[in-house]
Amino acid sequence: MRYEAPTSFDQAVALLTREPGEARVLAGGTDLLVQMRTDIVDPILVVDIKGIAETRQITEEGGGFRVGAAVTGAELKEHGKLKSVWPGVVEAANLIGSTQVQGRATMGGNLCNGSPAADSVPALIAAGAKATIVGPKGRRDVPVEDVMLAPRKLSLAKGEIIASFLLPPKSGKTADAYLRFIPRTEMDIAVVGCGVCLTLDAKGVCTAARVSLGAVAPRPLLVAPAAAAIIGTTLDDAAMKKLDAAAQAACQPIDDKRGTKEYRIKVAGVLARRTAQIALERARKN
Amino acid sequence: MAKHHVTATVNGDAVEFLCEPQETLLDCLRDQLGLTGTKEGCSTGDCGACSVTVNGRLVCSCLMLGVEANGKSIGTIEGVAKGEELHPLQRKFLEHAALQCGICTPGFLVAAKALLEKHPDPSETEVRYWLAGNLCRCTGYDKIIRAVMDAATEMRGA
Repeated sequence: MRYEAPTSFDQAVALLTREPGEARVLAGGTDLLVQMRTDIVDPILVVDIKGIAETRQITEEGGGFRVGAAVTGAELKEHGKLKSVWPGVVEAANLIGSTQVQGRATMGGNLCNGSPAADSVPALIAAGAKATIVGPKGRRDVPVEDVMLAPRKLSLAKGEIIASFLLPPKSGKTADAYLRFIPRTEMDIAVVGCGVCLTLDAKGVCTAARVSLGAVAPRPLLVAPAAAAIIGTTLDDAAMKKLDAAAQAACQPIDDKRGTKEYRIKVAGVLARRTAQIALERARKN
Repeated sequence: MAKHHVTATVNGDAVEFLCEPQETLLDCLRDQLGLTGTKEGCSTGDCGACSVTVNGRLVCSCLMLGVEANGKSIGTIEGVAKGEELHPLQRKFLEHAALQCGICTPGFLVAAKALLEKHPDPSETEVRYWLAGNLCRCTGYDKIIRAVMDAATEMRGA
């Protein structure tokens, strides 16, 4: 294995593009090093992107935030303004692993690891975040929901790297939330994860919403019918029931040791309601 | 494959070592630098036995490449006591019998020290959550939590 730590995207992209064998991007390494250790991957080249400034910064841009792909969970938590504007995204990232893992784990890595159960991904999708991707053909912005295709499969071309995430500006009474269900209190992988972002008008009617579910399909889902169930409502009981049903209908889960299909579908509906309730209460305060 | 030349600071001392690119920081601390206080438990980031600080940030040294330590300041269990004088956390672990086999203890001490430097007055819940990534199969955790709470009280001078 060869280790490279370029200081520019041009260098990083060139290294990844030129390597004919298996090449991996290293951000926090909390997934990659485990996979190397257990021989799931055996890269010839590892490109550490943490020496590239953009990957490690949180900056305000266009009324929103640009968050580097290699910013750690601990750093997200310590960024007071980001946390107050996008609490759901930060809380989702902070659910990943232990204090030690938070010291290293990144949202770029969480997305590129390609797990359907990645905690930060539904929160980013609900927030309407875009991934800024750099590659041999330059830079492009892609909605986060379009990055992952299937377990361990991404839509990135050879040589492409996620540089940062762009969280959009928030208008008026908009707020996000993320919940995951696990059978213990800490340190587990989602049975179901749910991100909700919604906007209220002056009368408390929901004018826009995005609902995303994780761990219930081959990739994290943006569930438009679930958003439609609450748009135009005050999120009363009837709307919450429709949200529950729409979330359940979107699920295509597998049975595994964390839960059966039926269980995941049921939990997805409950979690969607609970997450929407938190987003609602936050939006009312904004 | 060429070895990497790494220069870093460990417990305040400048160090340099050669490492293979795939070697973890844990391997480098133990095998290159002879600092065997940091323990290998699971080697997959689940147990916290290999906890160290990197530029003040608590991490699992098994989840970081040694070459990534270049230019960084590393803190290990060997830097917790001042010479013969134990750190309050170490004394309280002994007083409360917060260890049995001891394999997890260096990781718990490094992690707890990082917590108390950040939050000198944590609640019991905060201590339990902070230390959720440190596994102990002997004590049942209660003694560890009591030792950390007691050390925090002493360190605040309360």
